[in-house]
Amino acid sequence: MPEAPNAPSSPSSPEVREPVVTPLRAVIALCLVAPFVAMLWVGSYAKADPAFLGMPFFYWYQMLWVLLSTALTMVAYKLWQRDQRARRGGAGK
Amino acid sequence: MKDGVNGVALAVFIFFFLAVTVMGFLASRWRRAENEHSLDEWGLGGRSFGTWVTWFLLGGDLYTAYTFVAVPAAIYAAGAAGFFAVPYTILVYPLIFTFLPRLWSVSHRHGYVTTSDFVRGRWGSKGLSLAVALTGILATMPYIALQLVGIQAVLDVMGVGGGENTNWFIKDLPLLIAFGVLAAYTYSSGLRAPALIAFVKDTLIYIVIAVAIIYIPIKLGGFDDIFAKASDAYAQINPATDKPRGALVPAEASQWTYATLALGSALALFMYPHSITATLSSRSREVIRRNTTILPLYSLMLGLLALLGFMAIAAGVKVTNGQLAIPQLFENMFPDWFAGVAFAAIGIGALVPAAIMSIAAANLFTRNIYKDFIKPDATPAQETRVSKLVSLLVKVGALVFVLTMDKTVAINFQLLGGIWILQTFPALVGGLFTRWFHRWALLAGWAVGMVYGTAAAYGVASPTQKHFGGSSAEIPGIGEIGYIGLTAFVLNLVVTVVLTFVLKAVKAPEGIDETKPGDYTADAGDAGVSVELPPATAGSAH
Repeated sequence: MPEAPNAPSSPSSPEVREPVVTPLRAVIALCLVAPFVAMLWVGSYAKADPAFLGMPFFYWYQMLWVLLSTALTMVAYKLWQRDQRARRGGAGK
Repeated sequence: MKDGVNGVALAVFIFFFLAVTVMGFLASRWRRAENEHSLDEWGLGGRSFGTWVTWFLLGGDLYTAYTFVAVPAAIYAAGAAGFFAVPYTILVYPLIFTFLPRLWSVSHRHGYVTTSDFVRGRWGSKGLSLAVALTGILATMPYIALQLVGIQAVLDVMGVGGGENTNWFIKDLPLLIAFGVLAAYTYSSGLRAPALIAFVKDTLIYIVIAVAIIYIPIKLGGFDDIFAKASDAYAQINPATDKPRGALVPAEASQWTYATLALGSALALFMYPHSITATLSSRSREVIRRNTTILPLYSLMLGLLALLGFMAIAAGVKVTNGQLAIPQLFENMFPDWFAGVAFAAIGIGALVPAAIMSIAAANLFTRNIYKDFIKPDATPAQETRVSKLVSLLVKVGALVFVLTMDKTVAINFQLLGGIWILQTFPALVGGLFTRWFHRWALLAGWAVGMVYGTAAAYGVASPTQKHFGGSSAEIPGIGEIGYIGLTAFVLNLVVTVVLTFVLKAVKAPEGIDETKPGDYTADAGDAGVSVELPPATAGSAH
């Protein structure tokens, strides 16, 4: 990965100079926070119906969230890469 | 339980065991670097692992044999409450996505091998680093012991555990052999051995789970039947407590417990030294981030595995020791040869984490006790030698623990270990994002969390135990029942924040921070990531 071109005196962290909170980063944060809200709100899924393939809701819903949170983390990862590329690119100009 | 030794299963088990033993010893030649006598080589596999090796290693490390035995056992015993392991592992990945890459970067810049190395460098406090190291070692020891308990469960079901009246030496001989082999190849190959064996372990586990989740429900008449039978079983009144055995869906009163256990455990998981060892062995920052998106595959497997607990009930498995429920289910349902494969999966599943845990504990001792307090001028070769020896000692300690004490002692300590290790979170994760906290405040917060957590856990009684009967107690001020570890953690944070204000007001010395903001975002290939490694580990620069 290319090194961020910076003056030797300043640390090579682009976050320091640009705004820390951007719309893109807000989306990333949302992707990462969503599983916490969903999983810690146990009351929203502590029920048996509707069952799926004979499995009570409580169980298949949480298993579904394994997939959902994976997808969300993947989105966060892709967006973060884009964020970092944009910043490194921006710093070079 | 069938009588006698299950010969076919045992033969298959021994076959796989021998195969991984050979792999374990050959592993030392895998990707060997020029300088093998450094802690980076032995203890971190040369920091060279890519995405897939890291995936197998972390998966093999975090989802241990004990997990495979204990999670379905908890479901078997009480139903829904045991399923918290699933939301727990769901929450782990978004969480580590945020802080693990920073830890990787700063550790590479400064050649940190353990979390305590980072804590010392960031906060300029050997005391705080010692506290983190001791907590890590204390929390890891019972965890290793539980891996041996996992192997024992499998051996018991295969009939090689011996009966009540066999001589103790004959009874424990298989465990001693398994253990001796593990110790020998960890000693000679370091982290490379579990990394290589993890491939076998995870492949076996995935095959067994895939087969179990399809084959067993077909034999038992589908999930409808399984859950109906389980529901009936949970409704039965337990004479010891006068309450139903469990529930298929958590009642309102236990939802706080469920959520706090999931959150607290998720926060704690990557405080464990063995998680960090596997993380730091990866080649680049990207490997870590990418892994947070593929590791959840294991969570899916864990969820499926948990369902085996219901199947054990539906299949009419009756065991007094819940730990034996799943091995017994395999023995009852599978043909002998496949039961052998399943047992091998659990057995090898114990070896991988046990190896990594002993390496991690040994690294902590070497770097943060031996080098910081006993022999500051230790050479890399000396460090490696000490680490190798300590990895042996740690394993012997775990073995003695398992053989001499009741299993419940290991489980109690493991429970305490989880509470304890969570108390290192503010110093570690806090330190990755801010230098605002005061080092003495962190130390005080840690101490308060440790004392509160231990005292609260001591006070929990269960029908079978007067103390350490569980990990949940009433949360002071809220009145709901919640995970003690999380309550202690909140208390720890409050103390840390308040004391930081006080210590800053009185201008207490803050200590020297040897890290720079840029260190936390550096990646492999960036200037300084390998060249700036201090002399102790410079030999391993690739």
